[in-house]
Amino acid sequence: MIVELGHFALVLALALSIVQSVVPVWGARMRDERLMAVAAPVAGVQFLMVGLAFAALTFAYLTSDFSVLNVWQNSHSDKPLIYRISGVWGNHEGSMLLWVLILALFGALVAAFGRTMPATLKANVLGVQGWISLAFLSFILFTSNPFIRIANPPMEGQDLNPILQDVGLAIHPPLLYLGYVGFSVTFSFAAAALLDGRIDAAWARWVRPWILIAWIFLTLGIAMGSYWAYYELGWGGFWFWDPVENASFMPWLAGTALLHSALVMEKRDALKVWTVLLAILTFSLSLLGTFLVRSGVLTSVHAFATDPSRGVFILAILAIFIGGSLSLYAWRAPMLKQGGIFAPISREGALILNNLFLTAACAAVLVGTLYPLALDVTTGDKISVGAPFFNMTFGPLMIPLLLAIPFGPFLAWKRGDLLGAAQRLMVAFAIAIVIALVVAWVEGAANVMAPIGIGIAAWVMIGAVSEIVWRVKLGRIPLGQSFSRAAGLPRSSWGAMLGHFGMGATMLGIVAVTAWQQEVITVMQPGETRSIGGYDLTFEGLTPSTGSNYREDVGHFSLRKGGVMLANMEPAKRFYMARQMPTTESAIETFGFNQVYVSLGDAKDGGAVVMRAYYKPLVTLIWLGAVVMVIGGLFSLSDRRLRVGAPRRAHHAAAAMPAE
Amino acid sequence: MRRFCLAFLIAFALSGAGVGGFTLIATTPAWAVQPDEMLKDPKLEARAREISEGLRCMVCQNESIDESNADLARDLRLLVRERLKAGDTDEEVRDYLVARYGEFVLLKPRFERKTFILWFAPLGALLLGAVIMFVSYRRRKHNTDDAPGATPLDEAEKAELKRIMGEG
Repeated sequence: MIVELGHFALVLALALSIVQSVVPVWGARMRDERLMAVAAPVAGVQFLMVGLAFAALTFAYLTSDFSVLNVWQNSHSDKPLIYRISGVWGNHEGSMLLWVLILALFGALVAAFGRTMPATLKANVLGVQGWISLAFLSFILFTSNPFIRIANPPMEGQDLNPILQDVGLAIHPPLLYLGYVGFSVTFSFAAAALLDGRIDAAWARWVRPWILIAWIFLTLGIAMGSYWAYYELGWGGFWFWDPVENASFMPWLAGTALLHSALVMEKRDALKVWTVLLAILTFSLSLLGTFLVRSGVLTSVHAFATDPSRGVFILAILAIFIGGSLSLYAWRAPMLKQGGIFAPISREGALILNNLFLTAACAAVLVGTLYPLALDVTTGDKISVGAPFFNMTFGPLMIPLLLAIPFGPFLAWKRGDLLGAAQRLMVAFAIAIVIALVVAWVEGAANVMAPIGIGIAAWVMIGAVSEIVWRVKLGRIPLGQSFSRAAGLPRSSWGAMLGHFGMGATMLGIVAVTAWQQEVITVMQPGETRSIGGYDLTFEGLTPSTGSNYREDVGHFSLRKGGVMLANMEPAKRFYMARQMPTTESAIETFGFNQVYVSLGDAKDGGAVVMRAYYKPLVTLIWLGAVVMVIGGLFSLSDRRLRVGAPRRAHHAAAAMPAE
Repeated sequence: MRRFCLAFLIAFALSGAGVGGFTLIATTPAWAVQPDEMLKDPKLEARAREISEGLRCMVCQNESIDESNADLARDLRLLVRERLKAGDTDEEVRDYLVARYGEFVLLKPRFERKTFILWFAPLGALLLGAVIMFVSYRRRKHNTDDAPGATPLDEAEKAELKRIMGEG
């Protein structure tokens, strides 16, 4: 019964999305207040309906209702509670429902927080959100319905893929979807601006919090997924250039560019046409990602949906939205009035440079991801494009960007002073060079990349800090005054500093672990000791054990340094009964920013076992850097000018001239 | 040199990083190279590892033979080591595998006619972006020079301005 109610709620949501797609947009055209006012309540109720549907499916999972096909296929009565909940989105149908739930959530949020927005803009934004809802709700109801019943319900379910039975899975997809579905709002803003034929700095200020929110969640989602792969897959890799990773990485690159270009638009009323295009492209890449993942078109570690009818449906959605929005753009963009002018060497110029490299990098990833597919379709030739290609092409595009990062915040708007900026960065540059030289001296000639990489990472991090140091005049005025200046700095300055600092930290982690990781792959007898990275790892033995839906062999290792016992490490090899699948559970010990990583292989005769151990220096910085970036995003989000109800500046109203 | 480049670039592969899709893997956790496969000569083994990282396990999904635990990957790892022991250069080992399994086995496609667009795309995108940037900057500059606001004052206006300023 509850399942049917959920199904019914979903159909109602579809009906509401039709209303939301038509009425407000028509109202905005006719300048009819009453029609436009329909948008907000409809968006709210639609969220409620999708929420009910989602709750109904969750209920079916919690009660292990195997008469629901989706539950039978992906759940098991022995499964722990948390994985019954996360199992709701651990499959195609459920994850699409989560996608739409988040879409409806963003629609409702725009409706709730957009009270002070101009009525036509709000009506158009919600109207476009309605189109997206309509498309994806139809997709779910017509091709991927999670509420289908089975006539003769089996007694037991088939269980969730064991690799997905992990806390990482519980958190990763919702975060990721909040990120890339969040960009639907910026897309709707862009489309609304084009429909309306007008755009101004106030528009940029309305849209910026949404860009930030989406970007924060996407950053968290990607970092979380990376850490999950790191500990779950058993060899400690953190980024694989897998097509599905790329699918989430491309919107991140485009979204990061958008974050920066919207800044130019907001502050200087320039770069409008480009910002609108970028907003469209970012969400288009999210849609493309959804298509690549959901259609199973890629041969990737992640591929799982193989029904082509779904693929064709999403492809149609993709074509309509990307084609439609780009046509609208081609038609309307020339009418948008260009704003403020600036010299090439200026804050604006620096932000454009950022956009140039980020979009080029994004294009490189896009081409690399789709090329094998395109070549296969057109010529039948099969090639692989993997990590070595991306490392070779993506890397060089990032180096100039990273080198330029510290300069940006030192340049003034309109016309900057590059020489002045360079002088202010002298200290940062000198420190980075010294660090690079020290690394080079320690490493010798054998490893040239380490000093250069560490030097650049240090440059980015120290450069970010120098900006704040310079702004608060640290050391040039009494300390107390510096502190009060620091307290008076806009939150967005702290946000930029933290964002750039985090970027540097992530890079430092990547360089360090690439250059100095140590690996031992060997067979160990009980009692044997191996040393790695200055630590001694002793194998104590293997004991079997049983969990709720798996059995496992747990290896016992003691980790010592200089004879001092530090930790017991217990990596395991699990075997999930329902799906007859093995997984590895690695054991990780963290010391400062470094980690010791142990995972198990097959058991050998006489209690021996194959094991892999790694010493990973500074590896946690990869993810901590992302966390710092996210904190930076939160700082920017809390900036005064972005808060709801902040008064609009008068001169923006003057710039807002209709193009018609 | 190549090794340096690769390592260097891996380092810069920035990224908040992560496995994007959560619907991972229908295969078992990757097990990769086993102790019993390894060569005694550490130099030769290091070369084998490096070559393995660039070869695709064809029955897996986007995994190198170094990471995969499929039987085929093991066979290929042993094959690579056999060729190395027989005195092949790295390039000869790769050629040998391509001759047997086709271009599909290489994770980094070779630069040739059919991959020209692929290899040129990153630089091409950068150049295209730079050209667009340059052209639109020139056009804007040109436009603003012509804009009414930027027209120099004529004599009457200058006199008027002087009068106002003088009064103020």
